Amino acid sequence: MSAYTSPEQLDCTALKLLNKYDGMELKAKDRRAIPQQDMPSQDPMERRNNMEEVALGYSEAQVRVEAMRCLQCKNAPCVAGCPVSIDIPRFIAKAAEGDFASSVAVIKESSLLPAICGRVCPQEKQCMESCTVGRVEKDPEKSVAIGRIERFVSDWEVQHDAVAPIPVAPASGKKVAVIGSGPSGLTAAADIRREGHEVTVFEAFHKPGGVTVYGIPEFRLPKAIVQRDVDSLVEMGVEFQTNFLVGRSRKIDDMIKEDGYDALYVATGAGLPKFLGIPGENLVGVFSANEYLTRSNLMKAYEKGRAFTPMYAAKKVCVFGGGNVAMDAARTAVRLGAESVHIVYRRTENELPARVEEVHHAKEEGVEFNLLSSPIQILGDEDGRVKGIECQRYELGEPDDTGRRRPIPVEGETYVIDCDACITSIGNGSNPLISQTTPSLEVNERGNIVVDEETGRTSIPTVFAGGDIVLGAATVILAMGEGRRAAAAINAMLSN
Amino acid sequence: MNKIINKRQLSADVFRFRFEAPHIARERKAGQFLIIQLDNDFAERFPLTIADADAEAGTVDIIFQAVGASTMKLAAMEPGEKIANVLGPLGTPTHIEKMDGPVVCVGGGIGVAPMHPIVQAHKAIGNELIVIMGARNAELLVMEEEMRALADDLIICTDDGSAGRKALVTEPLKELCDSERPPAQVVAIGPPIMMKFCCATTAPYEISTVVSLNTIMVDGTGMCGGCRVTVGGETKFVCVDGPEFDGHKVDFENMMMRLKAYKSHEDDHRCRIGTSRGGA
Repeated sequence: MSAYTSPEQLDCTALKLLNKYDGMELKAKDRRAIPQQDMPSQDPMERRNNMEEVALGYSEAQVRVEAMRCLQCKNAPCVAGCPVSIDIPRFIAKAAEGDFASSVAVIKESSLLPAICGRVCPQEKQCMESCTVGRVEKDPEKSVAIGRIERFVSDWEVQHDAVAPIPVAPASGKKVAVIGSGPSGLTAAADIRREGHEVTVFEAFHKPGGVTVYGIPEFRLPKAIVQRDVDSLVEMGVEFQTNFLVGRSRKIDDMIKEDGYDALYVATGAGLPKFLGIPGENLVGVFSANEYLTRSNLMKAYEKGRAFTPMYAAKKVCVFGGGNVAMDAARTAVRLGAESVHIVYRRTENELPARVEEVHHAKEEGVEFNLLSSPIQILGDEDGRVKGIECQRYELGEPDDTGRRRPIPVEGETYVIDCDACITSIGNGSNPLISQTTPSLEVNERGNIVVDEETGRTSIPTVFAGGDIVLGAATVILAMGEGRRAAAAINAMLSN
Repeated sequence: MNKIINKRQLSADVFRFRFEAPHIARERKAGQFLIIQLDNDFAERFPLTIADADAEAGTVDIIFQAVGASTMKLAAMEPGEKIANVLGPLGTPTHIEKMDGPVVCVGGGIGVAPMHPIVQAHKAIGNELIVIMGARNAELLVMEEEMRALADDLIICTDDGSAGRKALVTEPLKELCDSERPPAQVVAIGPPIMMKFCCATTAPYEISTVVSLNTIMVDGTGMCGGCRVTVGGETKFVCVDGPEFDGHKVDFENMMMRLKAYKSHEDDHRCRIGTSRGGA
């Protein structure tokens, strides 16, 4: 990726291209000659100090030019890469014409949350991975920027007040509970409600949205967008019951037998944060990424002086892990005033699980990367507060089962990073609450709910499950795909 | 929901509230707690213990000390007002079984409140009950009447001797351990330092001692891990694995350090709210 270019410059370049190509009969060769349009973003030096969205979204000229890069392949390999099978060439063709209303309508045939997906889907590992344009360039990052176009048209719909209400079938008299209001639960709730069933979404927190409100930071996904999607479900007649922890506030068996739910969809998400199991991990100043991000995002601790939830004051922060959540935590620490932030990761940059775009953004904001390193102990002062970490150096050996080269410790090579806070971002286990309080619900040895792959049905015939509680940690769009599948199975079951 | 029905001030900064919470009133069991948040945007989430509940009426009682910014705001609320968010019941319920000897419940300060449902449950199963209540002074004793009604024997201790014995709760606890009918089980709930010393008292006698921990928490559902404590060398989450643990295995030093994580922040908030009253 190149050095920072302002949104105005990007728009200007795109306008010239648009004037050249608009109305022209484009051949494949012409389309391949169009350069990929960069996503306009806030200046890195400015955004270090604010929580506002980093990526600003394409201009109208940019989105049309980018859409013109699409070759409209007959076999559409991109669609196969999308967990909810959006008709990608069709929505992109409409965007290229400037018919944004039709474009977003195509997306909404398959996905009700395009503003969220356009922002947080790892497109380079899904639709963009198999895009012909990217294949030719041998780099999925250079594919047609499908997500950026998706984001533009969904934002356009809202800005132009053109959001069409979602039709709901006449009341069926059936009652469905959706447990968890994250991406999977919201998707399922919409699909089930569309068929005329009564739907209540149960959420333990005080606000719906799940990981999109507590986990993903404002600078990557503004909370107003999530709220807008929740509002559209409320308009459809979906009920939300917040402050309700299924398993504790009510057991699943009672919801079936006493409360009269004809079907339940369990989408409670990821659970207990994992820790490394190294000495010093319970010192003051060691956080799970879940806690750190929840304090900042959901509890708005970044609004100093207004929020009552405190944020641990730290000048030097180390983040363990290399996924998107680790990048979110590191970039949040930058914004909360840390003078230096280190990502500590066992392998090299090539193996970082985070999206290239997120790594790029983190580097632009000054996050430092301590690669081929892993903490072996956290050091504390006499008050039990973090004062540093000791790291072991690694080198890469032979590939392991995942195909990634296995990190091997280099004997005797350790070093210390001084820091006053640590954030572990190495994934989550499963939350035991529902399985513990629902004895007949089958779970695997990792605590994930066992489901039928076709339908999402659990060992209890009227209970379905999906998202991270089934998959382990996955992505927003995979969770949505599971919600969609379970909703179809629930609708089929209820129509019989 | 969550409408405050009744408010009583028990001492200078201790309050008893009764509010509507039908789900919690119906489902809660001894040993469980709840989380309160006073508005949707900027308020913090804080755990409070359940002192009593009425499933028929759909009400829950809490007893709390107004020591921080949020508990002071809660204390300023009046009957008829609604608490914005209440989540519960949380935590694993107390394991109650019929014991061979007496069960000794030790409550320090407002730690007597969460002990009340546990004492009720032991009573219901027919266990012999000795309750030791401790406080700095007579004014700070809570739920004395309730305890007197339930306990086979009630021992009151105050630091200044203004009620009952002038002693720390560990004194009568040790005497009971030395007696002819030593406790079959001890339950200790109160300030961490009190629980720590209760455990140190019973350890030489190898008497099972259960403590109920109240740590810093955000979600209370097992998601954040902020409440983690070291128990028997392992990391446990108070919100899902607890709040009750084998007191002899709890690393109280680590827990007390973690409780102080945001001390300077809390002081800051207290200043802004315009009061200098100290906490326990």
